[in-house]
Amino acid sequence: MKSEASDATHLDGNAAAGALSALFAVDITSAIARCSGCGQTGVFADTRLYVDAPGLVARCAGCDGVLMRVVTTPTDTYVDLRGLTYLKVPNE
Amino acid sequence: MERTALRRRLSWQVATVTDIRPETATARTLVLDVPDWAGHLAGQHLDVRLTAPDGYRASRSYSVSSDWRGDTIELTVEVVPDGEVSPYLVDVVKVGDQFEVRGPVGGWFVWKPEQEGPVQLIGGGSGIAPLMAMLRAHATSGSTTPVRLIYSVRRPASVIFVGDLKELAASEHVDVRLVYTREAPAGEPRVGRIDADVIGQYAFTPVDAPTSYVCGPTPFVETVADLLVEAGHDPARVRTERFGPTGG
Repeated sequence: MKSEASDATHLDGNAAAGALSALFAVDITSAIARCSGCGQTGVFADTRLYVDAPGLVARCAGCDGVLMRVVTTPTDTYVDLRGLTYLKVPNE
Repeated sequence: MERTALRRRLSWQVATVTDIRPETATARTLVLDVPDWAGHLAGQHLDVRLTAPDGYRASRSYSVSSDWRGDTIELTVEVVPDGEVSPYLVDVVKVGDQFEVRGPVGGWFVWKPEQEGPVQLIGGGSGIAPLMAMLRAHATSGSTTPVRLIYSVRRPASVIFVGDLKELAASEHVDVRLVYTREAPAGEPRVGRIDADVIGQYAFTPVDAPTSYVCGPTPFVETVADLLVEAGHDPARVRTERFGPTGG
């Protein structure tokens, strides 16, 4: 939602829904995510998503820290969640 | 066991183009038959994957512009010059062709007819696509929920779904406002982007407590979302979906 420091090369977390649906049984884009860098907490759909990097990189809209990376090779997919303190999803 | 089956990992499946409708000089709607499509909510999208003869693959996300009525789905695609996927979908694909899709996906930028409260839709360019799915779901369900659409386009010839929008605007529950950024039709004096005046004049007020859906290019979405928040709307009720220029 904040437009500071936005360079318009990013999309948002919605665009990761396909890749994440291939990995997780629940919709991660509507999950609540907490940034381990600055503590900003909000829906994953509002994160900044960079799709022009190798794979997908989701960054915090508050501090621009990396929240998640998803990289697919011909044989495997790597999911790096180092920037997330947690993901909160409803039980049903 | 049944639940396990339902929650299988989403995988790619083959879609067949059954019809094509031109929308503007640079956009068209593809009607797709996807045999295992599970149905979708208005606003959801899918990924399209193209594979070149040498094995090179490119995938992009596209909103479904139709509401689900149990048969086909529709994608409305605007060409991104020098894009990898959209020029193929807009200029090359013909009826009978097939490509891979994965979806429906995305549970955030969706509207359900049973959802409470007015609905404020604000679209820029081909960002109208998921909003059109919501308008169609609204009409199909016979919903009396008040809906307002503010649709920003460059010029009259850029309006996607022009016929559908005229029909929808006839509904007493739907208000449609077009904002022209480069060239307006005769009788429309205002040319310019959506600003605080447009929001103040045509959008629901914070007191109406609408859920807002904003879709378009990233700078458009960030500007409009900021305008809504500055006008007093609760950021938690402003849902956004960005596309391009890294799309295409």
